[in-house]
Amino acid sequence: MAVALILVLVALGSVIFHLVSPWWWTPIASNWQYIDNTIIITFWITGAVFVAVVLFMAYCVYRFRHQAGQQAHYEPENKRLEWWLTIVTGVGVAAMLTPGLFVWREFITVPDDATDIEIFGQQWQWSFRLPGPDGKLATSDARLISPDNPLGINKDDPKSKDDVVIEGGELHLPIGKPVKALLRSADVLHDFYVPELRAKMDMVPGQVSYIWFTPTRTGTFDVLCAELCGVGHPQMRGKLVIQEQKDYQAWLERQTSQGFARLAPSPVE
Amino acid sequence: MVDVPLGPGGVVAPTDIDDVELYHPHSWVTKYVFAQDAKVIAIQYALVALSVGLIALVLSWLMRLQLGFPGVFAFIDANAYYQFITMHGMMMVVYVLTALFLGGFGNYLIPLMVGARDMVFPYVNMLSFWVYLLAVLVLVASFFAPGGPTGAGWTLYPPQAILSGTPGGQEWGIILMLASLMIFIIGFTMGGLNYVVTVLQARARGMTLMRMPLTVWGIFTASFMALLAFPALFVGAVMMLFDRIFGTSFFMPAIVEMGQPLDRSGGSPLLFQHLFWFFGHPEVYIVALPAFGIVSDLISTHARRNIFGYRMMVWALLAIGALSFVVWAHHMYVSGMNPYFGFFFATTTLIIAIPTAIKVYNWILTLWRGNIHLNVPMLFALAFIVTFVNGGLTGLFLGNVVVDVPLSDTMFVVAHFHMVMGVAPILVIFGAIYHWYPKVTGRMLNDTLGKIHFWVTFLGAYLIFFPMHYLGLMGIPRRYHDIADMSFVPQSAHTLNAFITIVALFVGAIQMIFVFNLFWSLRHGRPSGGNPWRATTLEWQTPETPPPHGNWGKEVPVVYRWAYDYSVPGADQDFLPQNQPGTARTAAGPAHG
Amino acid sequence: MASILLFLSLLALIGAWWLSRQGLASKPWLEQGATAALPPADDTPTPASKVALWILLAVIGSFFALFISAYSMRMQLPDWRAVPVPTILWLNTGMLALSSVALHGARNAARRGEMTDLRWGLVAAGVAALAFLSGQLVAWQQLTGEGYRLAANPASDFFYVLTGLHGLHLLGGLVWLGGTIQKAWRTSDTGSLRLPVDLCATYWHFLLFVWLIVLSILTGWAGEFIDICRQILT
Repeated sequence: MAVALILVLVALGSVIFHLVSPWWWTPIASNWQYIDNTIIITFWITGAVFVAVVLFMAYCVYRFRHQAGQQAHYEPENKRLEWWLTIVTGVGVAAMLTPGLFVWREFITVPDDATDIEIFGQQWQWSFRLPGPDGKLATSDARLISPDNPLGINKDDPKSKDDVVIEGGELHLPIGKPVKALLRSADVLHDFYVPELRAKMDMVPGQVSYIWFTPTRTGTFDVLCAELCGVGHPQMRGKLVIQEQKDYQAWLERQTSQGFARLAPSPVE
Repeated sequence: MVDVPLGPGGVVAPTDIDDVELYHPHSWVTKYVFAQDAKVIAIQYALVALSVGLIALVLSWLMRLQLGFPGVFAFIDANAYYQFITMHGMMMVVYVLTALFLGGFGNYLIPLMVGARDMVFPYVNMLSFWVYLLAVLVLVASFFAPGGPTGAGWTLYPPQAILSGTPGGQEWGIILMLASLMIFIIGFTMGGLNYVVTVLQARARGMTLMRMPLTVWGIFTASFMALLAFPALFVGAVMMLFDRIFGTSFFMPAIVEMGQPLDRSGGSPLLFQHLFWFFGHPEVYIVALPAFGIVSDLISTHARRNIFGYRMMVWALLAIGALSFVVWAHHMYVSGMNPYFGFFFATTTLIIAIPTAIKVYNWILTLWRGNIHLNVPMLFALAFIVTFVNGGLTGLFLGNVVVDVPLSDTMFVVAHFHMVMGVAPILVIFGAIYHWYPKVTGRMLNDTLGKIHFWVTFLGAYLIFFPMHYLGLMGIPRRYHDIADMSFVPQSAHTLNAFITIVALFVGAIQMIFVFNLFWSLRHGRPSGGNPWRATTLEWQTPETPPPHGNWGKEVPVVYRWAYDYSVPGADQDFLPQNQPGTARTAAGPAHG
Repeated sequence: MASILLFLSLLALIGAWWLSRQGLASKPWLEQGATAALPPADDTPTPASKVALWILLAVIGSFFALFISAYSMRMQLPDWRAVPVPTILWLNTGMLALSSVALHGARNAARRGEMTDLRWGLVAAGVAALAFLSGQLVAWQQLTGEGYRLAANPASDFFYVLTGLHGLHLLGGLVWLGGTIQKAWRTSDTGSLRLPVDLCATYWHFLLFVWLIVLSILTGWAGEFIDICRQILT
């Protein structure tokens, strides 16, 4: 009796917790509303299954608890019932998988008008590189990294002239413009993670990975590292500032002038 | 140790040997230390694994203290924290769960349940345990090595695992960890061959595969998978050891570490991840399948009803075992691998949910119209279903590639895998110990203590891990020594963390009741008799309890029926032991039977 | 990961074939009595050690298949520079083949009951295997001499690791073979030696097979072969 009651409490308690607890995802700031929708679908389906299974168990525990003179029903199997359950499960699984795969295709297909930017991780700070007026990033290689070239940019590449490098600071992005973030790492695995963007991806030394997104909300967001990268992992923080186009432009110009000022004394190779 | 004809290949299956011919342990040392009796080896495995489990439990306390009350305990700095999580994870997954299910339960139950006198290669079996113990000692030694144990996370991802930014990366920690894993795998291979071949070759007369209890099926399938999956970890470990010690570049690309270029180039960190998860995902099922098997038998016995849909249960086990080798990259959706792999691995991963769901349905359908005795083992089995279903369903979030993107590397993942492969299998382990303890010792464990232990463990573990999902959903990343200064984390989340810590400390402490019960009941428990649960399977039919070496006295049992003849209509008792001859059944049940 | 998946699919096929003969679709609750479900009494059941050896070979097989998977993944990265195969490897291959043939002879001798042939077959196999191992060491020395040290390039890393691990497996086999030789000199009953010699021979053939695969990969033939297959398919 008590066991059945506690099982019911576990099922209902979980649902109530889900509905009333203050802990829920952060308001989204990118175009990945689809991901949130897929999660909601999954919550509905899995939640229904969980409650159904636990309540059914509770019922069985109560109704078929041992009593004097009682004997269990003998029934080795019931093929029809088992096949039905299998098919229903298959349908439920397909209902979660299909939207998931569609959204995934979207997730990995970068729109043509996306601007390339670079996000660069190293123990334990973030750096960023914006393409400047030409809209293109220069090539790079970890072997070119040096104190005056912290991102290992290929200076022989003409596209490198106007690239804007932001070390350890904030990344600003304009609202409403799709961005393709190219992800690189100098040393170990990192993961560019802004909870409000939903999208995240590991940065792997020796290769370039990517994500794309369109910021949809202005504001300042925490950039975290989501892949264990050594003892400084939790301290590896940055800021993502999403601004209106004109504020962004003003910021970018400031960065460009600062960048040139810093680059000017160094000898040109 | 004397009379077994050993030497190259000269091993004779113990079923063919008379009791007298089987080795005679002459001394205390050969009986209890360098023992070749599978039952003694099982207990050795179980005691070592449970001790490692206690160490890992203390480590989890320490990390929870830091998470719940950050900064209060100054000795848990980032370095120590990462060492604790790494050792906790690796110990629990490999050295506790794998060793306990296969080395512990496998050794005890396989020979007894299939009607054999012992494992087919007792000497190799003994070696397996000692090699395992060596692996544990090497692992524990890393606590005392210069620089301490590795803090690379249990996944040991390169390059950080062997660089100086990680505790133990450029010191002894990682070397000892990899060495210990390799030793473990060698030891396991010895044991695993035994478990598999014993099931294949040493079954009693009449014990067809389809008459085997699901416990044996689960352990058998899991052993097979482990034999094929562990080499992947071995290969990864060998290559990483070379990278660490000889400076090769298997996994090491060109790296600039803290401004200093390293003399490496061209390697692929993703290669290690593929190898690791090629082992790592089957490993999840290596832990789960024995739990599935055991829980099926617990439910069936205590509900006095045959396991519902036995054939489907066997097929589902085999299907899960096979499928688990083609889902590994679902751990790598955000690893930077070729994104098109996502389609394939999401599909295989969600397909594996179907046979798993079938198993859940059949467990609860076994309860339906049963005659449920809410004994302590049964309570644990019910709790297993709740936690396993919960954890399995959150697995559908993480397996579905795009849903995984925001959730991966957050506390949601931590909550998910603790629920599904931490709490759930451990509940089965407890249930199984309460169930088989009478066979091992001849005495029952104390029931009241058992119930206290059960309720605190089940509800406590649920309270720890269920809310944790929501911290992850909010975006709190895992493997953070400190979650201070995150603008999106409200104060209430810190309160919840403190709450989880307090519950975790309490639940951990209550495990001492269980340990006490284990020792107290050894002398003071109620004598159980040979078959206290009135179960059908062979281990309960031994002439003596606890079964002596050789298990069966003069004659090995002959098997006349499957393992689940409970409440057969027309029979004069509600269970028919597998070795009971005759056809007591009058009506063969409903038409679709 | 193609080679390990291929290898495991092969194992899965064997497993499925074996399981299909075990009556997995039968309804065990309808069968009562021991004899109904018993296979016909087999005069010579397969010895457990033979089954164990085959499973061990599956484990070792997956071990090498995984290494080959890793090899082929690492090989595609740009810094790969192929290692010239030392000529002595051909001699070594011959030695290993000879060792395998000698063991096969010993196995046949055990079946025929000829103790002398059996003994000398075992010894010859042991000597040839030792010659193979020393030859491998010479190959290592030559490569190191030519500057292909460990850690010089991933191709040479793999060369040392693969040959080394193969050698270790052979060394393990040699310990076993040593025990068998000792036994062969102590007894005059060939019957008791049949099984151990049989197991040795199987293990040796398997290691020869693995060596040929490894060799074909180190020489690059396997890669060429796969390319040709691809061209035919497309």
